[in-house]
Parts: sequence; structure tokens; C-alpha cells
Amino acid sequence: MKITIWGTRGSLPAPSPENNHFGGNTSCVSVEQGDAFLILDAGSGIRRLGNHFPPGISRVDILLTHLHLDHIIGLGFFLPLYNPAIHVNIYGPTGHKENLLKRLQRYLSPPLFPIRLQDLLSPPNLIEINESAFDIGPFHIKSSYICHPGPTLGFRVENEKSVFAYMPDHEPALGSAHFPSEPAWTSGYALAQGADLLLHDAQYTEEEYRPRVGWGHSTMSDALKFAELAAVKKMLFFHHDPSHSDERLQQLQQKAMENNHFSFKTGIAAEGDVFYL
Amino acid sequence: MTTNHIEIILCRQLADFLTVPVFLTDPEGNLLFYNEPAEELLGKRYDETGQVSVEEWSTVFKPLDLDGNILPPESLPLVITLTNRQPASGVFWIESLTGEKNKISVTAFPIIGRPDRFLGAVAIFWKTTTP
Repeated sequence: MKITIWGTRGSLPAPSPENNHFGGNTSCVSVEQGDAFLILDAGSGIRRLGNHFPPGISRVDILLTHLHLDHIIGLGFFLPLYNPAIHVNIYGPTGHKENLLKRLQRYLSPPLFPIRLQDLLSPPNLIEINESAFDIGPFHIKSSYICHPGPTLGFRVENEKSVFAYMPDHEPALGSAHFPSEPAWTSGYALAQGADLLLHDAQYTEEEYRPRVGWGHSTMSDALKFAELAAVKKMLFFHHDPSHSDERLQQLQQKAMENNHFSFKTGIAAEGDVFYL
Repeated sequence: MTTNHIEIILCRQLADFLTVPVFLTDPEGNLLFYNEPAEELLGKRYDETGQVSVEEWSTVFKPLDLDGNILPPESLPLVITLTNRQPASGVFWIESLTGEKNKISVTAFPIIGRPDRFLGAVAIFWKTTTP
């Protein structure tokens, strides 16, 4: 499978000269193999993906981890949505009362957006998922609720050879006195276990995290601990804080890695990164 | 390795911080977790036992009514919650394996996650008096 990163930023698009290397667009990742084309989250990065959408693809499946604005802000700017020749499926987490259409429409309708989702020439097919397992083309996908405010999913995408895990907004250490010692009691563990590549929330420093416990995000240090517990082969820091410049991110990574030896590769996810698993 | 549902994980994490005895079970009644105050009632430490099967932990306490008669399992709040998936409460005596008797108030409630997944129950044991 080919994995391309179109947006790495958390919370808010943060384009600036200081963020050029790792990127200012919010979460968006494509996963493709043959004719199958998945998009994980529709942050602002999906706009550029739409502009580079491969010709000949007639179906695209967009999997939303959750509906916080930074993960859907680009949806209305994704050109294939306006192309009737392309069939778009949008998967999102089951909520308590309102269906997925109503929740997406809070943003994709006036006065916040000029066009209503269901008024598109070829409206997307909306599918609610929760603790789910399903197939799209060569991909077997598992979704599971993970620790983040509001209904939020993590994804595990498998093909015949490899495993990709995606948890952009995740706070597995919340309230746990024992993190990360017990796999069965660690949010997201089963999704990430043994993954060839894990993209994981690493928004905060330790100092930034302390007053933000419960906001649903991780420190770089906790992301590393989680990856070690799940025995992944590679983990990239993802969902970068909008205030962290390229230089700052590199300093923070260096600090998080200091005096630690991990059994997996690690790095900072950057817009434009491409991986083949 | 399977992971507990996030609702169960968060219930455990809350219970871990509480000073009232809390028991957390799966839908079948197996004891998934009990906190430190509950360890005193159970006479066992979670670190030593881990999860406890329903067969094992249901025999640890002898529930008695206010007149000292043994209560049938189906009248106990946690059993009611697991059976009916509804909150339940009650006041009764329990006698531990060591013969110690405590009058307790038990409140149990179901854990029902999105979308309507019955995942287990929480029981809070409140010691009302000591004999």
C-alpha cells in the first residue's frame, strides 16, 4: 500500500514560513493500492489532495476519525466531491443521537458553508461505523473508539502484507496510573499492535500537557511509550501543535528521544511524505 | 491480545482515583477490576488476582437481609443491573469469608456505550455502618 501524508497539523491550519517543512495543513492521509483509494480524515490537506487526485479513480472512501473541525474543514474543498463521475463514500463515527449527515451539516451548510452536502450533484454516501471491521478493495479495515472527547475512532488498515495504524487524536494515558504497562487496559492498543507504520498524536510537550489533561491529546513521550507497548515497527509524531515551528518540533523530538532507546524507528510526519508498506 | 472497550478503560481509570469501593464487571458478571477501597471488602488485592471469574467472586460475600436471611442472587443490585441493563440499588449485609459483617448500600449501573453496546456494569459498595 502507498501512504501519502497531505496534512499533519492539529487543531488549526497553521501555514507559515516557519512551518514549511512539516506543513501547516490539518490531518489528511491517503492510502492507495490498485484502484482502491482511501482518505483518512478531511483536514485542510484534502484540498491539495483533491487537486492531485489520480485520474481514472472512480471511487474514493473517506474515513473520518471524528468530526472536530480540523478533521473535516477541507471536505467542502475536495474537488472530487463535485465530480459526478467519482463516487464518494464518507465513513464517520456513530454518535448518540444525530446521524452522520446532520452532524456534518452543522459545518457543511449555511451560514458556515455556502453549499449543503445533500445538494451536491452527486451527494456522497454516508456510512456510520463504530467498533467495526470491513473491507474496501484489498484493504481490511478495523475501527474502534479511542480516548478523545466525543465519538472518535482510530483505524487499522491491513492488506495482505502490512499494517498501517492511524490515531491522530488520542490520549491513551488519560487517568491511568499504570500507563503504558497493561495492553488490555490501553486505549487503541489492539489497533496499533505490531503495525508497520503508526501515525500517532504527539501534540504536546510535558509542560503543555499538564493543564490540558483530558483534552484528548498526547505528549511525544506518551506517543513513544504507546508505540513501544504496541511493538510497532515505525511511529511518526502526528497532529503537530499549531504553535510548534519546524525548528521547535525538531528540538522537541530530540528532547523526547534523549537517553531513550526504542525498538522501532521514529520521526516527525511531514506533508508530502510517502511510504510504501 | 484484545483491548477492553474505551468505556471500560475509562471506568477503571475513574475508579482507580475514587475512595469508595468500586467493582467493574463485564456483561457476564466477571470482575474486570476493583479499586483499592474495594480490595478491603474483597480481602484480595487486584494486583494479585487480576480479573476474577463470576463463579469465584460471587462466593466471596454472603449477602444477608436485615433479618439475617441469605439473599437470593437475583435480588442483588449488580445481578439486577446485569440482567435488566438498568440501574439498581439496595441496602443489605454482607458477610465475608472471614466472618466479618458489614451493612452496605450498593448502587449498580450499566455501562452502555455508543451505539447501544452493553459492555458491563459498575457497582459502588458504600459501607453504611459497622457492627
